[in-house]
Amino acid sequence: MSGGSDGLIVDAIARSFNGQRAVDQVSFEVRPGELVALVGASGSGKTTTLRIVAGYEQPDSGRVLFGGQDFTRLGPAKRGFGMVFQHYALFPHMSVIENVAFGLEARGVGRAERRQRAGAALERVGLDGKGERMVQQLSGGEQQRVALARAVLIEPRLLLLDEPLSNLDPTLRASTRDELRATLKATKAPALFVTHDQDDAFAIADRIVLLSLGHVLQIGSSEDLYDRPVSRQVAKFIGHATLVHARRHGDSADVTIDGTTHQVALSSFAGLSDGETGAIVLRPEAVEIVPRGEGRGTDGEWPAVVDSRRFAGAGFVYRLRLDHEIVIEVASRSRIDPGTTVGMRVTRPVPMVP
Amino acid sequence: MTIASWLGGRSRAERLATLAALPLLLILAWTVIYPNVSVIAGSFGHWKEFAESPSDVEALKNSIIIAVASVVASLAIGVPLAFLLTRFDFPGRTLLRAAALLPAALPPLVGVISFLFLYGDTGVITRVTQIVLGLKEVPWHLNGIGAIIFIHAYTMYVYVYLFVSAGLERYESSLDEAAIGLGAGTFRRLTRVTLPLLTPAIAGSALLVFMSALGSFSAPYVFGGGIRVLSTQILNSKLNDAIGLAYVETTVLAISAVAGLMLFRWLEGKRLYVAPGKGGASRQPVRSRSARIGLACAAGLIVLVLVLPHLMIVLVSFAKDGAWTTQMLPPEYTTHNYAGLFTTNQLWTPIRNSIVMSVLATAADLVFCVAGAYLIVTRKFSGRKLLETLVALPWAIPGTAVALGLLATFNTNDLAAGKILLVGTFWILPLAYFVRNIPLVSQAVEGSLRQMDLSLESAARGLGASWWMAVRRVVLPAARPGIVAGALLACVTAVGEFVASIVLYTHGNRPISIEILAQLRSYAFGTASAYSALLIGLVLIMALTARIAESRMK
Repeated sequence: MSGGSDGLIVDAIARSFNGQRAVDQVSFEVRPGELVALVGASGSGKTTTLRIVAGYEQPDSGRVLFGGQDFTRLGPAKRGFGMVFQHYALFPHMSVIENVAFGLEARGVGRAERRQRAGAALERVGLDGKGERMVQQLSGGEQQRVALARAVLIEPRLLLLDEPLSNLDPTLRASTRDELRATLKATKAPALFVTHDQDDAFAIADRIVLLSLGHVLQIGSSEDLYDRPVSRQVAKFIGHATLVHARRHGDSADVTIDGTTHQVALSSFAGLSDGETGAIVLRPEAVEIVPRGEGRGTDGEWPAVVDSRRFAGAGFVYRLRLDHEIVIEVASRSRIDPGTTVGMRVTRPVPMVP
Repeated sequence: MTIASWLGGRSRAERLATLAALPLLLILAWTVIYPNVSVIAGSFGHWKEFAESPSDVEALKNSIIIAVASVVASLAIGVPLAFLLTRFDFPGRTLLRAAALLPAALPPLVGVISFLFLYGDTGVITRVTQIVLGLKEVPWHLNGIGAIIFIHAYTMYVYVYLFVSAGLERYESSLDEAAIGLGAGTFRRLTRVTLPLLTPAIAGSALLVFMSALGSFSAPYVFGGGIRVLSTQILNSKLNDAIGLAYVETTVLAISAVAGLMLFRWLEGKRLYVAPGKGGASRQPVRSRSARIGLACAAGLIVLVLVLPHLMIVLVSFAKDGAWTTQMLPPEYTTHNYAGLFTTNQLWTPIRNSIVMSVLATAADLVFCVAGAYLIVTRKFSGRKLLETLVALPWAIPGTAVALGLLATFNTNDLAAGKILLVGTFWILPLAYFVRNIPLVSQAVEGSLRQMDLSLESAARGLGASWWMAVRRVVLPAARPGIVAGALLACVTAVGEFVASIVLYTHGNRPISIEILAQLRSYAFGTASAYSALLIGLVLIMALTARIAESRMK
């Protein structure tokens, strides 16, 4: 096997519905053993992309390759991929174990063997003893694990998961993330999963494909997307960020507020050349509030007015107004009343985007 | 036990509801329970006669064979058609989808007559086939069990088609996709996943076909030939003054129907799950050129078969009475048949009768069923389950049996026994129509009310509205789609009613269906068809009105 072509390659696929472009020139790759997340808001084309990879939709153009072979026109059954559907698509008229064993039944495996293997699969996801229940008797989290066990039991070459966590309540969701990542890693098959929740993607995926309105915005690790966004859209979608107009100046950027120019060190600049204008990405953890007067006039301190305060457990979240346009969210432990004039300091190098 | 103690123990609201339900329960006891009890009582002493009569035993056997075969035939047509029209896109789909419902627009007797004109010994299709194949004899005879099943399949597959289509529209498409992804082929996917999940729709429609076919009267009556079935035996016995035997036959028919009902409910109960889902399956365009051409041709052919009975009725309605004998198509045409219906007193009377009786019965159904549905849906009270069951009961009883029950109860003036003389008067037919349509109207109104948020009425009362104002301004508007649909459906059914009418009519109140039969007997095919076309037109107008009313509500 040649190194680069082992996994999944999605090559410039496009798909329209009723004249609307749902997916437009999307390309990415899932390498052997890798967990990749397709992330985007609703309508970003992530589910359509997943269904094209699975074979339930045909692209208008572009190709889907796996292991170096062209899968584009291959039926879903022939691809040998396992799929976990958004609402799990468990067969309501079958017991849990019949559901899990269905793929083996379709492959002509005898009843005794498929029950034994399905039972073992249920044990691996912690559902031993629940095989004879009907699927409606299980909780949402249990149903999700049945769907996963069913998809894994056919030993898929690639696992596809459509919003695997979206039906779980928030407390269960956090604990299920780690469990899901461990299970996916244990199967050794590469996996591609769709989510609208960046926290899911951060917790589970090795790499993220960020989509918006059918286009790929950026592909990279969580850190890449968070610390080195390539565009304003990425910076805004991932985490909290305020974008402030700036001009690149070597390794730093000039930001002019109320006639005063401040210099901010840059961690990345997304291909901007020296002297070009763009925006710096200010995230709450990259700025801090300095009580006014303490370091007045010192370099790197920006005057600001506290606009509002919100209690957030460990401290407060403030909205600081820099001028009539720019408002920045900052976390701080100290209590400052709205209306107070304070200073604001950027504490670490920040990304800059066009 | 006093009434007070029966009513007591619960809240004032519950006692009030029970009190309100009491008159409804009494009416049902009088018009539904008592007649059936009278029939059973009247049957005692005649069972030996029934068991020893070879023709009755044969009739029972035939009725069941016809019912089962009609279910099989209707499923064989309705299920594939539903799949074809909901899952695939091909030229002619829209036309076929509209035509698929056409058999529902044929009142029972009218369907039978049109088949006679088309497929009978001298029918158009029969003659064409004979000529094309160069045969000396006619290629088939439209009589016997085969003919009855043929026309049942044509008129009754619509139930299957409608139920299964609705099931497929709601069907969660990801279940099929999951089965495909797990490696199941088409056959395994259908038999292990799709069809099992459609069981409620399939079983429900199969039950409807079974009940309709078991009680079917027109087809066996007209094409039976030597074939006896229970429903026609009942009329024969009654005409031969063997009323005791007629009661036994009625009891056997009703028991078969109820047994069938229970069997289906039991089968359904064994698979107690609801196919979940929001639908979402998109129709697959058929891509292969030859398949598209093939499907388009097949669709055209099916549409033709479906509209032919209607076209034939319209064509013959313009044929001059008595002129059509040995020719392939009627040789002379005229508009006199229609003119005659409205100008000749003798011919106008049945139309006036049918309209008056149907309006009376429907008005009574509306008052009764709206009150009943309101209590059943919005109130909790002792007796609610009983009311719900009794309201649905006439549905399980074949029309001939309903008629015999009324005959057994309203045949004499004996107030002590709860009997008054209606048989032989005008009022017996409106009463029969009223009873037969109770389930239909109730179900429609209940369906609408169940979609209403029950707290709406409380909210209106909380804002200071009187009970009547809350009902008038909140409950009735919510029930309106059901009321409109139920009323139109009941009207249409009553205007074309035949099965109970033939048992109970008098010359004075003879309805359209009876007159059609009389005209047919005197070979006045044109006049019979003009009546039939009038009925078809009425059905189509009412169906259209119901649809418009429904879309207005949305």
